[in-house]
Amino acid sequence: MSDLIHASAVELAAQIANKTVSAIEVTQAHLDRIAEVDGRVNAFLHVDADGALEQARAVDHAVASGQALSPLAGVPLALKDVLTQTGVPTTAGSKILEGWRPPYDATVVERLRDAGVVILGKTNMDEFAMGSSTENSAYGPTHNPWDLERIPGGSSGGSAAAVSAYEAPLAIGTDTGGSIRQPAAVTGIVGAKPTYGAVSRYGLVAFSSSLDQAGPFARTVVDTALLHSVIAGHDPRDSTSIKEPVPDVVGAAKSADVSNMRIGVVRELSGEGYQPGVQARFDEAVELLRAQGAEIVEISCPSFTYALGAYYLIAPSECSSNLARFDAMRFGLRTDDNGELSAEDVMRHTRAAGFGPEVKRRIILGTYALSSGYYDAYYGQAQKVRTLITRDFEAAWASVDVLISPTTPTEPFRIGERVNDPVAMYKADLCTLPSSLYGGPAISVPIGLGDENLPVGLQVMAPVMADDQVYRVAGAVEKALAQQWGGLLLDQAVAL
Amino acid sequence: MSAISRDDVAHLASLARIELTEQELNDYAGQLDVILTAVASISEVAADDIPPTTHAVPVVNVFRDDVVTPSLDRDSVLDHAPAAEDGRFRVPRILDEE
Repeated sequence: MSDLIHASAVELAAQIANKTVSAIEVTQAHLDRIAEVDGRVNAFLHVDADGALEQARAVDHAVASGQALSPLAGVPLALKDVLTQTGVPTTAGSKILEGWRPPYDATVVERLRDAGVVILGKTNMDEFAMGSSTENSAYGPTHNPWDLERIPGGSSGGSAAAVSAYEAPLAIGTDTGGSIRQPAAVTGIVGAKPTYGAVSRYGLVAFSSSLDQAGPFARTVVDTALLHSVIAGHDPRDSTSIKEPVPDVVGAAKSADVSNMRIGVVRELSGEGYQPGVQARFDEAVELLRAQGAEIVEISCPSFTYALGAYYLIAPSECSSNLARFDAMRFGLRTDDNGELSAEDVMRHTRAAGFGPEVKRRIILGTYALSSGYYDAYYGQAQKVRTLITRDFEAAWASVDVLISPTTPTEPFRIGERVNDPVAMYKADLCTLPSSLYGGPAISVPIGLGDENLPVGLQVMAPVMADDQVYRVAGAVEKALAQQWGGLLLDQAVAL
Repeated sequence: MSAISRDDVAHLASLARIELTEQELNDYAGQLDVILTAVASISEVAADDIPPTTHAVPVVNVFRDDVVTPSLDRDSVLDHAPAAEDGRFRVPRILDEE
């Protein structure tokens, strides 16, 4: 049975379709694995065993009656607790939403259901996706399966840990400034941020609306691409949704052909602050790509240096506005409603009790950056810098097809190490912020272990709606390294 | 770019409708100052003639057809309200007694 938890999504779907194994057995194997290890990992906030088994049963019925199946039918998945699923608790990692059971499905959830994907439960995250370590969850930190004393990255740390701990072969995360790519890198798996607007935000609890984007996690590039193709596509319920066909990410991932591709190495995303082991693995990956026929060019993107400053003004500004909806009136927590206090005071007390420290910090920072007298110097200037970052990308596309960098400057740090130093925490996102501000697709793929024997990721960034290109390069890297290692990086982790 | 004081934080918290403790006011004043110093580098960028970017992928005026579609069921929405009465949200008083 334990082979079921180590199998890829492609293998599981094939075995379910040809009746070697039932979807129920696959789901039960993963529920058993969660029961076995999640006490130590804390990837899940809620396990929906009954719901998952019911979805699996429906897939088995479809198999028995000879219906056509989607390529991921019956494969279990872990869902970040920031997406609504009817009747299933959705907290966004916050006390302010504790106990809330949304009355509707996110579009992502609807698409997963339609594809027969089995949703095992909701995963832990930094509160409202604000963080880089999953330590800002109101429900305790998630632990990195490679070393339980380390952070699994964030904010989608629960989803990344679930996949790397073999609790699920697939997971959904969301990425605002790196919240899929950075956790994927530090847990040794694959994670992609699709082009902004490629995946519907309907039913995604908003943090920074101009940046938030849901995307896939898996242990292989092809599995990641398959999940991408299930969740992407136009949705009239999201006005920022792109009305264009989804690029052939699965075909690109399978081809893994980078011959004659022009690949740019970003000069600004290296040097001081980058661990030697991270830089060494990155340099080796560059040589692997060159050996497969890619042309490697160094590219300078001078405005990337300002991405951290622009992001940590834009995202808190949008968050201070978005989180105004948590007003204690219509849903979620309400405290101290004793008949004496006014609605406004109840609101103040509820938000004080319901929000954690990082969320309060960002709301106040955003309120400041948007206030009259400071708007031009902070929010306005940050939006102009965003334009310059976009221009750097567009200039790069004149000479290269994709840009690459390390996904994170360092290996995963220890739980507790950066909690009292917000700026040190923010620097975990240094490499992932530029393409978030630009809006193009980006992926992280494992490229080895660093100085502390912990995972290192390679980031591939591409032009808007060229999502297939990031999968092509990630596929090539995975294939070349699989020949060296005889498998995946994750095979080198100590079993939990 | 100016430093941020404890009183500034109290004012901002009031605008954002968050009741902060004395400890939080002091902690945030120090931390926000550090964060603002870290992001201040963006002011070095000469960008007077650069247009702002508000959204990654520009889209304007997205309309749907003017067709009535079902809304969420009222009871399922009120089920998760902090308080409900007579098919409505029940809220604390919003006006003074007089």
